[in-house]
Amino acid sequence: MSQAVLENEAAPSARMDLLRFATAGSVDDGKSTLIGRLLYDTKTIFEDQLEAVETASASRGDEYTNLALLTDGLRAEREQGITIDVAYRYFATPKRKFIIADTPGHIQYTRNMVTGASTADLALILVDARKGLVEQSRRHAFLTSLLRVPHLVLCINKMDLVDWDKSVYDKIADEFTSFAAKLEIGDLTIIPVSALNGDNIASRSENSPWYEGPSLLHHLEHVHIASDRNLVDVRFPVQYVIRPQSTTVTDYRGYAGQVASGVLKPGDEVMVLPSGMTSTIASIDTADGPVDEAFPPMSVTVRLNDEIDISRGDMICRPHNAPAVAQDIEAMVCWMDETAPLRVGAKYAIKHTTRSARTVVRGLQYRLDVNTLHRDDKAGELQLNEIGRVRLRTTVPLLADEYRRNRTTGGFILIDESTNRTVGAGMIIEAQ
Amino acid sequence: MSQTKPYRASHLDALEAESIFVMREVMAEFERPVLLFSGGKDSIVMLRLAEKAFAPARIPFPVMHVDTGHNFPEVLDYRDQRVAGLGLNLVVASVQEAIDSGHVRELPDGTRNRIQTPVLLAAVEKYRFDALFGGARRDEEKARAKERMFSFRDEFGQWDPKNQRPELWALYNGRHHPGESIRVFPLSNWTELDVWHYIAKERIPLPSIYYAHDREVVERDGMFYAVNEFIRLRDGETSEVRRVRYRTVGDASQTAAVLSEADTVEKVIDEVAATRITERGATRGDDKVSEAAMEDRKREGYF
Repeated sequence: MSQAVLENEAAPSARMDLLRFATAGSVDDGKSTLIGRLLYDTKTIFEDQLEAVETASASRGDEYTNLALLTDGLRAEREQGITIDVAYRYFATPKRKFIIADTPGHIQYTRNMVTGASTADLALILVDARKGLVEQSRRHAFLTSLLRVPHLVLCINKMDLVDWDKSVYDKIADEFTSFAAKLEIGDLTIIPVSALNGDNIASRSENSPWYEGPSLLHHLEHVHIASDRNLVDVRFPVQYVIRPQSTTVTDYRGYAGQVASGVLKPGDEVMVLPSGMTSTIASIDTADGPVDEAFPPMSVTVRLNDEIDISRGDMICRPHNAPAVAQDIEAMVCWMDETAPLRVGAKYAIKHTTRSARTVVRGLQYRLDVNTLHRDDKAGELQLNEIGRVRLRTTVPLLADEYRRNRTTGGFILIDESTNRTVGAGMIIEAQ
Repeated sequence: MSQTKPYRASHLDALEAESIFVMREVMAEFERPVLLFSGGKDSIVMLRLAEKAFAPARIPFPVMHVDTGHNFPEVLDYRDQRVAGLGLNLVVASVQEAIDSGHVRELPDGTRNRIQTPVLLAAVEKYRFDALFGGARRDEEKARAKERMFSFRDEFGQWDPKNQRPELWALYNGRHHPGESIRVFPLSNWTELDVWHYIAKERIPLPSIYYAHDREVVERDGMFYAVNEFIRLRDGETSEVRRVRYRTVGDASQTAAVLSEADTVEKVIDEVAATRITERGATRGDDKVSEAAMEDRKREGYF
């Protein structure tokens, strides 16, 4: 442990892209082994971490080094052999930096997977080749589609245990493809792997000459994510107004925020909601100086040529391309609170972009069975991990788009006003 | 859009934008934020991000140093210079003063990591801070890998890992009752290598101990500790002058150096990219106590 430097390969550079992906599956599918394998093959597992895992495995009496212990860090998880919560893992190759949101497959799977998928560019679902698709695989595919994760990868794992039989792969792939066709999944890639042996993980395996696609890592490095961003609809939620109180900088008034979508340029005509006032962009400032354009995910400060009253929660957009200014919202809501269900008539705090308001649940049109996609229109409430179509009325207008068009201006959270807990996640279907 | 522009943001640009977003969100939603600043590289990067988030205005909150009294002089000098340069208020929460006044008791082994927590919590109460920026990263340690960007703490400053608020999209829930607070970790998604790439890109000066230098050290459990007023040679130990640098800077009695020839930021990046041991594993005596040492300290209110 005394020497820090052992080897030097092609090092991750300062100019990689970033890809966030969510993994879903249960321990039995080999998810932890797969993540362990990705980290190991990209040299991300450190010697002291591996040593700690080996020690912990040995003291638990595991017969092999249990790579699940790399991600299961909390005392209760180790004691009970379960994963409590979303864990974030990081690795990089010379091409990309990756953030994995690793979500457990069993308890509270929906809450955790929805959380992990909300920021993901890609979702990775695992199935066991011997078992084929199970209820959980369909559930995960549905949540991927509900959260509009642009790319989906299905890894058919444990192919070594079915002797790399192409017909097993074909059958599962066909079944999954026809199920996925009923959902809105933009891009699907299916890869036969053995996470335990590393087949088709970091490089193509000789065991599957019939498989012509990429290895998992190659796919993660090359999947085209640049077009996933919405560069058309200008949406700039104002986060904070910068007005320096100093003698050297006077009369500065800038609107700070992160570009949600679209491209902003100095000189562009803009409209500010909810007032509807228009102006033009005087400059787009950063601490490194003004820039010629701003696009997602840049955090910048916008100055306008006219003095308009603008504050946090307002939205800068274009006069002929604006979000709805709406107090009546139709949305799919995933309920995340174990202490009380969502009920019609109940009031919550709502946070949408940088805007906070209060809302009342006007109606629950149906509860969706995430396994069968059956709609139960008799449901009176949503329990923990249940999803339903909900009608809300807000105290002040939200500046909202459909979630399918814009994941940033189409998503919101509900907060219990007495406990301050985050109790629901919503995806807007219609706002008026 | 007729011309084909890539509109490409590198991973460092994306991380910077996310951290700046988080800092502005806190400033907009909290009454009394404070940034924990130790003079360590992560808090130095965090301070740089705060500078960028509110430019051309000054950083609109004070910084606080929880001072164990076991310091590297180079780091204290750096802290004071940086704070003065930015025109910030510095709050020092002193563990030594708390020991002298009887508020906390020195542990038998002389380590002060654990007794920092009550000193931190007392300062939070005294100044009524409701949001504390910390430089912790999720890649550092497995308990941190499960902590939220906005980490809720009850009126005792405690973290409850089983009862964390789900964090969706970039919608952070900072609501809290009086006396409760939120620890905010803008560098959650950064790795050690990202931090070093950013230091290089932004040309951020660091305390000299982060770069290779000759120092009198003693080897203990495979780690190299500086011989100074906090670490004295035990019977049978000998010291030697080695070329070392620090990967982390914490309590001077608990933080070890690594052997290194890296005397520039570029050389450090090469070393970090090639290293096979985590920075806390290589340099922190305090994390080696048990498998869940960090989780236990966080539950008590550690940052």
